[in-house]
Amino acid sequence: MIDALGNPQSLLLLGGTSDIALAIAHAYAGRANGLRVVVAARPGPRRDDAVQDLQRAGCVVRAVDLDARLPSSQTAAVDAAAAEGDIDVAVLAYGVLGDNEQAWHDVETGAELAEVNFVGPVTAGIVLADRIRRQGHGVVVALSSVAAERPRRSNFVYGSTKAGFDAFYTGLGEALREHGGHVLVVRPGFVHSKMTQGLKAAPLATTPDRVAAAVVAAVDARKEQVWVPPAMRLVMSTLRHLPRPVFRRLPL
Amino acid sequence: MTTPHDVTDALAAASAPRQRGLLARGLGRSYGDAAQNSGGLVLDMTAFKRVLNLDTVGAEVRVQAGADLDQLTRFLLPHGLWLPVVPGTRQVTVGGAIAADVHGKNHHVAGSFGSHVLEMDLMTADGQVHTLTPQGVDSELFWATVGGMGMTGVILHATVACSHVETAYVVVDTERARDIDDLLARLTTDDDTYHYSVAWFDALATGRALGRAVITRGRGATLDDLPPELAREPLAFGSRSASLTTPALPLGAVNRWTGRAFNELWYRKAPVERRAEVQAIGTFFQPLDAVGDWNRLYGPRGFCQYQFVVPFEAVETFRRAVEVIAGSGHPSCLNVLKRLGPSNPGMLSFPAPGWTLAVDLPVKPGLDRLFAQLDDLVLSAGGRVYLAKDSRLTAATLSSMYPRLQEFRAVRAKVDPAGIFVSDLARRTQL
Ligand SMILES: Cc1cc2nc3c(=O)[nH]c(=O)nc-3n(C[C@H](O)[C@H](O)[C@H](O)COP(=O)(O)OP(=O)(O)OC[C@H]3O[C@@H](n4cnc5c(N)ncnc54)[C@H](O)[C@@H]3O)c2cc1C
Ligand SMILES: NC(=O)c1ccc[n+]([C@@H]2O[C@H](COP(=O)([O-])OP(=O)(O)OC[C@H]3O[C@@H](n4cnc5c(N)ncnc54)[C@H](OP(=O)(O)O)[C@@H]3O)[C@@H](O)[C@H]2O)c1
Repeated sequence: MIDALGNPQSLLLLGGTSDIALAIAHAYAGRANGLRVVVAARPGPRRDDAVQDLQRAGCVVRAVDLDARLPSSQTAAVDAAAAEGDIDVAVLAYGVLGDNEQAWHDVETGAELAEVNFVGPVTAGIVLADRIRRQGHGVVVALSSVAAERPRRSNFVYGSTKAGFDAFYTGLGEALREHGGHVLVVRPGFVHSKMTQGLKAAPLATTPDRVAAAVVAAVDARKEQVWVPPAMRLVMSTLRHLPRPVFRRLPL
Repeated sequence: MTTPHDVTDALAAASAPRQRGLLARGLGRSYGDAAQNSGGLVLDMTAFKRVLNLDTVGAEVRVQAGADLDQLTRFLLPHGLWLPVVPGTRQVTVGGAIAADVHGKNHHVAGSFGSHVLEMDLMTADGQVHTLTPQGVDSELFWATVGGMGMTGVILHATVACSHVETAYVVVDTERARDIDDLLARLTTDDDTYHYSVAWFDALATGRALGRAVITRGRGATLDDLPPELAREPLAFGSRSASLTTPALPLGAVNRWTGRAFNELWYRKAPVERRAEVQAIGTFFQPLDAVGDWNRLYGPRGFCQYQFVVPFEAVETFRRAVEVIAGSGHPSCLNVLKRLGPSNPGMLSFPAPGWTLAVDLPVKPGLDRLFAQLDDLVLSAGGRVYLAKDSRLTAATLSSMYPRLQEFRAVRAKVDPAGIFVSDLARRTQL
């Protein structure tokens, strides 16, 4: 249960090796002793490191296998987490950015983006929703992106998958309201993480820790959407309303 | 529910696969998650509220467990009888009063609610109804149920010992204490000469005024105590007397500044000393019942109660806790301090001999750290936190605070091996 002060007892990280997901787990670990964390991710050294890292932070950690491209794997991961007790907060974090040029020229690459960023999250969302309905409570933190708000030439394949993701989780939040569930859709701008390593930082770039702090505060306040940094909200709102010829010419 | 048969049906439904258990709920006046069972079944007891029998000579009343203390107050007073223990609100059912083993202003001399229960019928998970008495063969189950937060089964009926009263009034002495030392000294000196005693203290005053307080203590009024206009109808229940204790709560959200002003005002408003004022019992015992939406004053995230008790020997820890609260910057307005008397054998019953203190704090960042700090102090002194008001203790802290938890779990494992009875509190703290 999430207690009256907003401290959960258990987390499920879908994409448990994600830098942002780990930062969120650390933020909660700092508030709640003996937090149970289920790290759902592909097996490998990155997952081993994530487990050790959270154990050092005082969490009780369990790793389960997750391949985002296999629907059965989503079900297995959620079931494994639920077997240990209620899932208080689930973080939907896995995702791929990909290379936009390759993604719109190559079927295999484009399909991977669509599967990892959209199809997988939809299946995971369905399984989580069933669990939350039965629990009568539960929070889903869905890591969308500002890229979901308006397709840009430079990353429209990623942006389109995130747009679908964003719409799905926004709607799921509405559907789960009457069942005691809550969904927070997070729209970060550029975050310094392994996903963006080697890329030139965009204006208003932020860090996984800042995203985590914003997520924890937004869950406390039971917000349904949050932009990180907050200024991104206004920036995106402006960009969304620019006429296309102008938007096209912006160096984005 | 309206008949015990409904409980049997609910038990059957809750025992089906993939269900999330069953919980009896009274009027939902516990502050935390004790009366919630998310995703599972909750049995509303409040329609099951008939008085089954009244023995005016022996002063015993037998009721269905959903009967509430407001209803019973109105029912009993005309017979010159009253409830043995009343908490700070009358909107509490008998089942809830037993399950939380509630205490009132007379705990130091009369003990808690469970100590006055002569007999109760409990339906356990197997659908059996057990008639339990404090000393009978099933006394273990009786004392697991008193304070057991609904985890042993559904209390169906209870017989409660009442006290005889001549009037529906209390004769009250009010005095101010200038600081915590003065307060504790006054309460230590002559508290036992009063049947009812409680202190409201200023939870924001620091330094020399730390723990300054208004003490109100009293005894049941006799006919001779009443002025002629009240003596005509001595047992009439109403909140007619001018109220000194009714708090003028700050309008709008409570924050550090309004909280400080409010605490100051309440302290100043009380007379330095006033003796033998006649107050209606409703005014004296449940001032908050008169204030409609008092809980709305705390802003969107609500508030969180923290009530603990530490043994009398741990007075230094107690003082330190008051200091920590006052210095924390978290504003509390409804701050109650009291001496508790001996415990009863309830395994998870809260009251224990010592100093108890309750504060009510708006939820904001940092509150968890304050509570964790208080937990450490309370634990170091061998004290505990009240479960009916808790919404954030962890399993580990709770088990150190309640040394008889293992014994309680053993009883629960016997009467409910499948764990049908469950609440969010029980899930959170692994009761
Ligand atoms: C303004 C205010 C002042 C208060 N002052 C005091 C005080 O001075 N002293 C004090 O001790 N407490 C005090 N309380 C707390 C309150 O007395 C307890 O929480 C009490 O248990 C509430 O009773 P309820 O009928 O509302 O029960 P609920 O809150 O509905 O339930 C409380 C617990 O009782 C169990 N329960 C209820 N009915 C049954 C049943 N029939 N069989 C089995 N289990 C059952 C529930 O499962 C739950 O665990 C106060 C609360 C408020 C809001
Ligand atoms: N970084 C940003 O600028 C930014 C901005 C906005 C939104 N976001 C979103 O935030 C989320 C977290 O991103 P991040 O910054 O923390 O990046 P990250 O560290 O790269 O995390 C993404 C994770 O996705 C996992 N993943 C990829 N494909 C997978 C698959 N097929 N099966 C299972 N797991 C797979 C990776 O796990 P492996 O360890 O197995 O590779 C990786 O740990 C993503 O959804 C991302 O789209 C990021």
